[in-house]
Amino acid sequence: MIIAKQKDMTEIAKMVAPYSRIYVVGCGMCMTYCSAGGPEEVEKLAERLMAGREDLILEKGMIPRQCSEKFIERLEEKTRDFEAILSLGCGNGVQAVAMRFPDKRVLPALDTQFIGIEKESGLWTEMCMACGDCILWRTAGICPVTRCAKGLLNGPCGGSQEGRCEVSNDIPCAWQEIYYGLKRLGILDYLKTEVQIKSWSVRPGRLAREELKPQ
Amino acid sequence: MKANSNLERILTSGQFAVTAECGPPKGTLGEVVRRKGESLKFCCDALNVTDNQTAIVRMSSISGCALLKGLGIDPVMQMVVRDRNRIAIQSDILGAVALGIRNMLCLSGDHQKFGNHPSAKGVYDIDSIQLIQIVKRMRDEKKFLNGEDISGEVPLFIGAAANPFADPFEFRVRRLAKKIKAGVDFIQTQAIFDMERFLRWMAMVRDQGLDKKAHILAGIIPIKSVGMARYMAKNVAGITVPKEIVTRMEQAKDAKEEGVKIAIEIIEQIKEIEGVHGVHVMAVAWEDIVPRVVKEAGLMPRPLV
Repeated sequence: MIIAKQKDMTEIAKMVAPYSRIYVVGCGMCMTYCSAGGPEEVEKLAERLMAGREDLILEKGMIPRQCSEKFIERLEEKTRDFEAILSLGCGNGVQAVAMRFPDKRVLPALDTQFIGIEKESGLWTEMCMACGDCILWRTAGICPVTRCAKGLLNGPCGGSQEGRCEVSNDIPCAWQEIYYGLKRLGILDYLKTEVQIKSWSVRPGRLAREELKPQ
Repeated sequence: MKANSNLERILTSGQFAVTAECGPPKGTLGEVVRRKGESLKFCCDALNVTDNQTAIVRMSSISGCALLKGLGIDPVMQMVVRDRNRIAIQSDILGAVALGIRNMLCLSGDHQKFGNHPSAKGVYDIDSIQLIQIVKRMRDEKKFLNGEDISGEVPLFIGAAANPFADPFEFRVRRLAKKIKAGVDFIQTQAIFDMERFLRWMAMVRDQGLDKKAHILAGIIPIKSVGMARYMAKNVAGITVPKEIVTRMEQAKDAKEEGVKIAIEIIEQIKEIEGVHGVHVMAVAWEDIVPRVVKEAGLMPRPLV
């Protein structure tokens, strides 16, 4: 899922300062699961905003997914009397909402971090950067493009020590994990061949599938 | 001869090579590089110019090399993949050759987080092994990565680093083999303090016949102070300093003298190891000690080839 964290309150307050009618909206997908933009967080953020501003007219709500037009549609009615929408969606959600309401100010309450997993309670780690060319079959299910600090395709570099990355003791060396993973699976030979130079896909990404387009 | 650099001539003639490191200044004074060059030129066969080492912005390696070349020194241009994509890399290689640079060391580079611009975006478009492949193709086939032709020759003696002290240990020799397969001509290792581990590593290197396929130069760092010994033991990525060396530095009356002594002892041992074809002295911020270390290790005068 996509992982995000709430922005600093000072920044949020500064963003919403020019507006007195604000609709705060959370997202029922990733943002709820990573405890950044679910019902609880919407409630808390609304409370804090109200506490600082007496002039504020604020309403709050949730939609199942902010990245889907059919759910965003539900905001049409609800946000009619509001100048600004404060979104607790990921960057994707904020933009989708902004696209639907070009005449309103749509503001991000979160900083989107990465595609990752909840490693343990209160700890999330990045797993995938959506590079467009998956090599996980060759790397024991561990992505070096994302999880090696240098994105090396032929690692580990000389900074790998006792299973840790040179960048931080908190980061495991992805290549060391790949090495032991391949060894466990009996396919260490995969490391012998040099990995071809990566073709980085053009960004912004665009995926077209003809068979799914309306005929 | 692939590049006919002094370093290549020394190594292919079977002589024990000495290279040293020259750190360029955090500024514009070419004089700093020239001064270091002048003080080191008679005690080594080639001089590496570092490429924004530890991700601290300094004068570029390519220009440092050009300054050394002007003094008749054979420079080794270091290049990290941290700061350049494949377009800039190939372009800089063309320029380097045009300036007379004939040796190049292909590196990943220390992560930008360690430097003085820690929030910089790291490039890492390719990795060090792929860089070796690119340079070899440019030299041997006169082709860019995309297959297009290069006008003119690209005579470069290709080097890379190897770290016998990083983990996993058993993979380190495999990775060296990968670099050699990719096209490396010489290797400069990380600084050696843990001789026992280096000997084990070299035994594995010889077992696979890798010492016959590339020239291995062992890395030496003269330790200047007790603080430096402790710092390297704890904080420098990829370097291991055994406790006994730290203790020797701590107990010495004159730490600098002890540092020189240790460096000379290590070189003496390395000279005896089968398959090691030279030393690479990285006297970080202590370049003026190099002539003495080289001389007292019995490696002077340097041969003319």
